Amino acid sequence: MRILAIASIGGHWIQLLRLMPLFKDHEVTFISTKPNLKDMVKGHRFITIPDANRGKKINLCKCILSVTWHIVAVKPRVIISTGAAPGLIGILIGKLTGAKTIWIDSIANAEKLSMSGNIAVKIADRVYTQWEHLANSKVIFSGNIL
Amino acid sequence: MIFVTTGTQEPFDRLIETIDDIAGQYPGLTFVVQAFSSLYKAKNFDVLEFISAADFSSYMDKADLIISHAGMGTIISALVENKPIIVMPRLLRYNEHRNEHQLATARKFDALGYLHVAYDEHELMAKFITMWPDQLKPLHKIGNSASDTLLDSLRTFIE
Repeated sequence: MRILAIASIGGHWIQLLRLMPLFKDHEVTFISTKPNLKDMVKGHRFITIPDANRGKKINLCKCILSVTWHIVAVKPRVIISTGAAPGLIGILIGKLTGAKTIWIDSIANAEKLSMSGNIAVKIADRVYTQWEHLANSKVIFSGNIL
Repeated sequence: MIFVTTGTQEPFDRLIETIDDIAGQYPGLTFVVQAFSSLYKAKNFDVLEFISAADFSSYMDKADLIISHAGMGTIISALVENKPIIVMPRLLRYNEHRNEHQLATARKFDALGYLHVAYDEHELMAKFITMWPDQLKPLHKIGNSASDTLLDSLRTFIE
């Protein structure tokens, strides 16, 4: 199965890497926002994209174009993200291209779903929270990345 | 060695200033400090703006204690490496983050008993002085990957 796994640098990326047992039998392409993260996913394809800093529209545009380009090129069957904005863009473009889309809201969102997570609920095929008390009919709890 | 890390996104001067005060009181201790460029200039150590993933792992490995913002990257790394960690959450009212999720994270992990939490700079100073080094032990260790229930749920959905 061709999978695209996408997350911004920092906590989002570290959480994505904790899903590695899921990826080991699949053809996975990783996307993140800093080139030196490549070393953490040796043996897999890795692509760097510009980050979409909130407030800077030009960065958001660059990020959307870049994510779209790579999704069209990679043609993944599944897109999975642990956040943040670039991941949400990946989910949106993935949905438009017919991929199965999965959003895992960061474990840091312990009191409410993130802003991106709330948008993902409307788009993604599956949305997971990592806190049981935040689960509802549209948001699944099935353990966490710890 | 004490490894202080505050992420790569925004400054966290309230933490760095407190660490500088602590470092001034403990001249024999080595501090490796990473922080996004800030207005505050530390007197007792150099601040590294960005460190590579390899250097991050190496400092994490060598550290006797981690002090950090309540960012999940650092928290997860410390729990995997079984290192003692004190987190101090970035707060919205000081514009240290866009929302209050670090406070929520700190409270939840504090309630789980997984890490040491200082809710402000005074508590950080007090905790360090009273607890260093003997009472600052790792409180919880985690494995290398997500819970089986999450992985199984994802596997079933993908295939």
